[in-house]
Amino acid sequence: MTRTLWDSTVGKKVIMAVSGLVMLLYLVVHMIGNLKIFFGSDEFNGYAHWLRVMGEPFLHHEWALWIVRVVLVAAVVLHAVSAYQLSRRDLRARPITYVHKRPRASYATRTMRYGGIILGLFIVWHILDLTTGTVHSGGFQHGHPYQNVVDTFSTWYGNVIYIVAMLALGLHVQHGFWSVAQTLGAGRASRDRALKTLANVLALVLTVGFISVPVAVMTGVVS
Amino acid sequence: MKLTLRVWRQKNTDAPGAMSTYEVDGISQDMSFLEMLDTLNEELILAGDDPVAFDHDCREGICGACSLVINGDAHGPERTTTCQLHMRSFDDGDTIDIEPWRASAFPVVKDLVVDRSAFDRIIQAGGYISAPTGTAPDAHATPVPKPDADFAFEHAECIGCGACVAACPNGSAMLFTSAKVNHLNVLPQGAPERETRVLDMVEQMDSEGFGGCTLTGECATACPKGIPLPSISAMNKEWLRATRKARR
Repeated sequence: MTRTLWDSTVGKKVIMAVSGLVMLLYLVVHMIGNLKIFFGSDEFNGYAHWLRVMGEPFLHHEWALWIVRVVLVAAVVLHAVSAYQLSRRDLRARPITYVHKRPRASYATRTMRYGGIILGLFIVWHILDLTTGTVHSGGFQHGHPYQNVVDTFSTWYGNVIYIVAMLALGLHVQHGFWSVAQTLGAGRASRDRALKTLANVLALVLTVGFISVPVAVMTGVVS
Repeated sequence: MKLTLRVWRQKNTDAPGAMSTYEVDGISQDMSFLEMLDTLNEELILAGDDPVAFDHDCREGICGACSLVINGDAHGPERTTTCQLHMRSFDDGDTIDIEPWRASAFPVVKDLVVDRSAFDRIIQAGGYISAPTGTAPDAHATPVPKPDADFAFEHAECIGCGACVAACPNGSAMLFTSAKVNHLNVLPQGAPERETRVLDMVEQMDSEGFGGCTLTGECATACPKGIPLPSISAMNKEWLRATRKARR
């Protein structure tokens, strides 16, 4: 069954759909967690600390966090490798383009591949900036995420990278979520409108929720 | 009507091709698009030139032979087959670009004719039912619920023209394959091969070099028979069901 999934274009899309759903679920949780920054540094830092002790005493310190990280890395790798292999195949299947060109499909649909690459690069920067602190502007302080977030969004490039990536995320989720439903066989003519609406709402809520943090830092609401 | 045509000319599969420009005059608005090309070819033959090769057969919109990408749209601007497209859809003085279906699984044979036998091989892989020979059974011998009959009929409308592949930016044959799979899988007559049909037809589709589905929806927009986009989702559901049962 695993071979059937991996060898078939339909199966590989199923892998993309499931890994995409895992990442989407994480993003919703992540976005809600981010909003705690509006309730002050104590609550935000306290939440960040809880992420490390979550699951204790059943799980050892940080085990739950590492489980989440491993699942997420697996999802990102499966999603990206499937996307790369399917894209290679798609480009080979249409080697000659039409002389008479016209825009095909919606903007969100056409930008899935570029958007995915932008998001992949963003994730690398985001982890180096706010998890490891390797490329963090100013002094990165472990255990003080509130101050680190404010530092990042006090630089112009931090805001630009983040906001561009979150707009790309919104577009990716808009087409991606609806596609997940189609790929997993849940698409019907009768529920198409509901699925598209849900995809739009998810994309909008995630984008607005994430972008609200740098906007709040820029406008001085969070400092 | 006087028209400027830019037509893809290619001697054979291996020769390089290019767009050639022709002028045609005296075109009536009541002509079909293929009759307009017939007019062009008569002039080419009289001038001693090679006529433009294009596929056509019934000219009634039911056989699926005609296949032209007209101004970037498979089967042109109307939602019908090229043979049922009429020149009233164009204006006097228009320049019209005419290209063959583009997909590596559909190699150009000559000019606007492409080899669509990949579709035949997908059908051979599972687009049939096992039925006893002999006299035809009574029509009411096997009851079919009305919604299932409607669903099967909607998908049976596919004429296998390949417009879905031509329109898809990935050259994917998912809409064609889903129409054939759904048509038979929903009916009691198709039940014995329900799992093997979808697995084998999807496997054949992949091995023909068609691209994957990215759900752009271009196929369903181009389909002259209105096979709906959710057909692909219905086939994915059948494929997942068959994979879970792991029957080959």
